[in-house]
Amino acid sequence: MITHRIIPCLDVRNGRVVKGVNFEGIQDVASPVEMARFYNECGADELVFYDITASYENRGLFTDILKETAKEIFIPLTVGGGINTLDDFDRVLKCGADKVSVNSGAIKNPDLIPQAARKYGDQCVVLSMDVKRVDGQFKIFKNGGRIDTGIDALEWAVSGEKNGAGELVVNSIDTDGVKNGFDIEMLKEISRLVSIPVIASGGAGKKEDFLDLFNAGCADAGLAASIFHFKQVNIMDLKKYLRDNNIEMRI
Amino acid sequence: MIAIVDYGCGNLFSLSCSLNFLGIECKITGDKEEIAAADKIILPGVGAFADAIKKLRDCDMVDLLRSLAAEGKPILGICLGMQLLFEKSFEYGAHMGLGLIKGYVGALEGNIPEELKIPHMGWNKLNFAKADPIFKYIEPGDYMYFVHSFYAKGCVENTLAFAEYGAAVPAVVKSGSVYGMQFHPEKSGEKGLALLKAFAEL
Repeated sequence: MITHRIIPCLDVRNGRVVKGVNFEGIQDVASPVEMARFYNECGADELVFYDITASYENRGLFTDILKETAKEIFIPLTVGGGINTLDDFDRVLKCGADKVSVNSGAIKNPDLIPQAARKYGDQCVVLSMDVKRVDGQFKIFKNGGRIDTGIDALEWAVSGEKNGAGELVVNSIDTDGVKNGFDIEMLKEISRLVSIPVIASGGAGKKEDFLDLFNAGCADAGLAASIFHFKQVNIMDLKKYLRDNNIEMRI
Repeated sequence: MIAIVDYGCGNLFSLSCSLNFLGIECKITGDKEEIAAADKIILPGVGAFADAIKKLRDCDMVDLLRSLAAEGKPILGICLGMQLLFEKSFEYGAHMGLGLIKGYVGALEGNIPEELKIPHMGWNKLNFAKADPIFKYIEPGDYMYFVHSFYAKGCVENTLAFAEYGAAVPAVVKSGSVYGMQFHPEKSGEKGLALLKAFAEL
């Protein structure tokens, strides 16, 4: 059977990883290629490169970094940030991305996901959604979690699947950065409505959070950034811990 | 030199990167003479079967690949490239394949328990059915990265390894000098690279 996946996310700004300050052997601002190499060696199942500033500053994508990473890292690479058109898909796929993650772009242009799924296949299209509770309801936020779109998150997930997204990244703004566990309540609500893989994001602070997530049966993969970058959790230790607790892992 | 067949279908960049990383000489080419002159051939592919076989036909590659296989030249089909090696596919209609390996391609849907997600996407374990030099650098139970919704059927005698996903999914197949891999060795970490290295050394 397929394993659950552990996915580090590299947030990139101006070609450097942010949040990577204490990274081993790399000072201050980290090189994405070096970090990708490190994560590959310690057992990451997949890497996500995200241009965190692209959607509001209209930054171009970081295709050189991607190309360099793709030359030496042979696990699946997902790229997101500022993906608004099929040309954006094309550009990153040619540089070694395997999947392309769409967030604000899918809100701005409802045809983007169906068009991309038709052209590149469902498996290539990832719908990334930033979700926050508003008056007891889950709502979709855009532009890095700054603007409430008013869209119902559950409906958005369902329509994303119907439109051809092959995977969902569900980022909980409420738990993001709190490091007190994934937003299992919200992930359960979403995962029971879709049949495509769900990647949980936001809230991981320790190994046990991943075990709780997978035991709750509401996600296929766990994504995190700072706890891996700051070495609060080592990916290989995490995977061994999960395997020892009967979660299948690629070790 | 390994020729990576360029017929407008598939992510050739990652594949060529992986061979370069291994120090294996390769060339992405759609030139029939170059392909014929290569020591080995890799047939990649992502997308829909009907599209891909049409593109192969439009590039006039079908007879070339058949005659090279008949000569005993090692050919490796990856993902959709593997599925193209079979006689037929029932992906959205019925389509003739290259017919280099006995068997056909059918949908996972309806053949695996409903609670399993489709596509079969992620890291799954290889179970060996037969010993083969292609496995010289890997072991049973090593994980490979799969992404597919259709799978090979009717090819038990040609299956070297399979993955368990509600059904025994042929993962590595072989007939004569022709190999197929349902997963992406170029995206399967060092174990995947080890398979590409073994192919290059055949």
